[in-house]
Amino acid sequence: MQEILTSFMPNLIDKWYEFLQAIVDTIIMELWAGGIGFVLGFTFGITLTVTREGGICENKPVFKILDAVTNLFRSIPFIILLTALMPLSRAIMGTAINIQGAIVPLVFGSVPFFTRQVQSALAQVQPGLVEAAESMGLSNFEIITRVYLRESAGQLARATTITAISLLGLTAMAGVVGAGGLGDFAIRYGHDRNMKDITWATVVILVIAVSLLQLVGDTIAKKSTH
Amino acid sequence: MIELRNIVKTFKDDKEKEVEALKNVSITIGDSEIYGIIGFSGAGKSTLVRCINLLEKPTSGEVKIDGVDLLKLSHKELRSERKKIGMIFQHFNLMPSRTVFGNVSFPLKKSGLGKKEIQKKVRELLNLVELSDKENAYPSELSGGQKQRVAIARALANDPKILLSDEATSALDPQTTESILKLLKHLNEKLGITIVLITHEMDVIKRICSRIAVMENGKVVEEGDVFDIFANPKHSLTKDFIKTTSNLYKLDEILKDDINGISPADGEVLTRLTYIQKEVSEPLISTVTKKFDVDLNILLADVEIVSGSPVGGTVVKFSGESIKIDEAIQYLRDRHVGVEVIKDARNPY
Repeated sequence: MQEILTSFMPNLIDKWYEFLQAIVDTIIMELWAGGIGFVLGFTFGITLTVTREGGICENKPVFKILDAVTNLFRSIPFIILLTALMPLSRAIMGTAINIQGAIVPLVFGSVPFFTRQVQSALAQVQPGLVEAAESMGLSNFEIITRVYLRESAGQLARATTITAISLLGLTAMAGVVGAGGLGDFAIRYGHDRNMKDITWATVVILVIAVSLLQLVGDTIAKKSTH
Repeated sequence: MIELRNIVKTFKDDKEKEVEALKNVSITIGDSEIYGIIGFSGAGKSTLVRCINLLEKPTSGEVKIDGVDLLKLSHKELRSERKKIGMIFQHFNLMPSRTVFGNVSFPLKKSGLGKKEIQKKVRELLNLVELSDKENAYPSELSGGQKQRVAIARALANDPKILLSDEATSALDPQTTESILKLLKHLNEKLGITIVLITHEMDVIKRICSRIAVMENGKVVEEGDVFDIFANPKHSLTKDFIKTTSNLYKLDEILKDDINGISPADGEVLTRLTYIQKEVSEPLISTVTKKFDVDLNILLADVEIVSGSPVGGTVVKFSGESIKIDEAIQYLRDRHVGVEVIKDARNPY
């Protein structure tokens, strides 16, 4: 068994430990950046929804600033963010390299995207539902939790899935700041040293990861749609 | 009692131009009334009804409910005041992610009722709207009429004194409309709830309202007891609306087409007789015929019951001696019959 594997993918077996470490690094980046991004994206997406013109707490300055900042960060390519945010990373995390150094740029890279996803999910809630809730005397906070979030749960699950998958793509670039992870592993060995089996193995793991995320997202989305 | 005083509402349109949706509207709605507001779309009736629970905040004016000026309340006080005002909508606005039970119990969450009490309350409400068997269904599984019943149950959950109905039957077929109107009428009688309903269908007004306001371009052009308005419409818009449910005012068109036998021959007078009083018991036409020795030829008749009294009338051709016709017409007028001479084909004296 060992021999067959070794003949098929000699390099992967050789770098077995590093491969596992890369998977763990990717998972750590995904969870940390995803977790923080999830909270921030929801917060900003909800804020944009309620402060827009005609929203339940209309507030032009807040809306305009948040809208502009979101657009700004969405238009910066991630590879540039990675290096441009190094000083900020150092200030927040204490270092600009390794996994810790990758979290801040990953958050900045994914939150604007997720914010728009959340905003568009919430925009699909019928205005009539919000009006009905207002007529029943619900507070704004109740309208957000009991109408907006609840009624767009399916859409939000889809938005979260899409963002999680795109974040997985971003983590592949984190090698630039020495954060490791699967992307970095594949580039360093698979590309730079022409170890094809490593590239393939990485791709297979990523396909499995994406499929799993999609499956979980679809299941949740389906369960919350009637 | 709902008092709207000098309500003005201006919006800014896309080009930042001010648009006056409501121009100094004042209406008073008494307890346990079914008050109808009719008008074409864009007349401002939707905005007006939303001023009652302040979903739309008037630019100026007073909104008083049982003497409390809602515009002077804090957010929190307004929210608790809103719980006393139920509202139903044209497109039902049920929460798609919740079952019928979930929707009806939706406004009860912070009511202080326990789980069991909520369950009891919801079952009572579903019983009232005759949907007890649909408790666990989702809105997507219901018909339009059933959805509106759920919406009504939900609107009644906090035992409101007032129910606002925003085109609640406009998306429903005629049979379903009929059943929803019956339900509203029943709730009005049973619970004494005040209903303010807006519609563009005169038929809806005719069936259940006790008083109505006719709106056009942000103004109330005519207001009053539904019987008086039907019997004696003054504004041309009101007449247009009544035309949609009564044949009597279609006569002008029929006359224009000059269908055989309608236009009066020489010596005859074509008139429209209408009920303008609630009690009509005398056999007027046969009395007039005998008493004045004139012939009355009934060409068209359209009578219906509006808030318990007949409304409508007949289109009648008088023939006979000229002076007797005058006397007969005067006799009818004295007995509070509206007589409108449409075409007089007698030779002038």
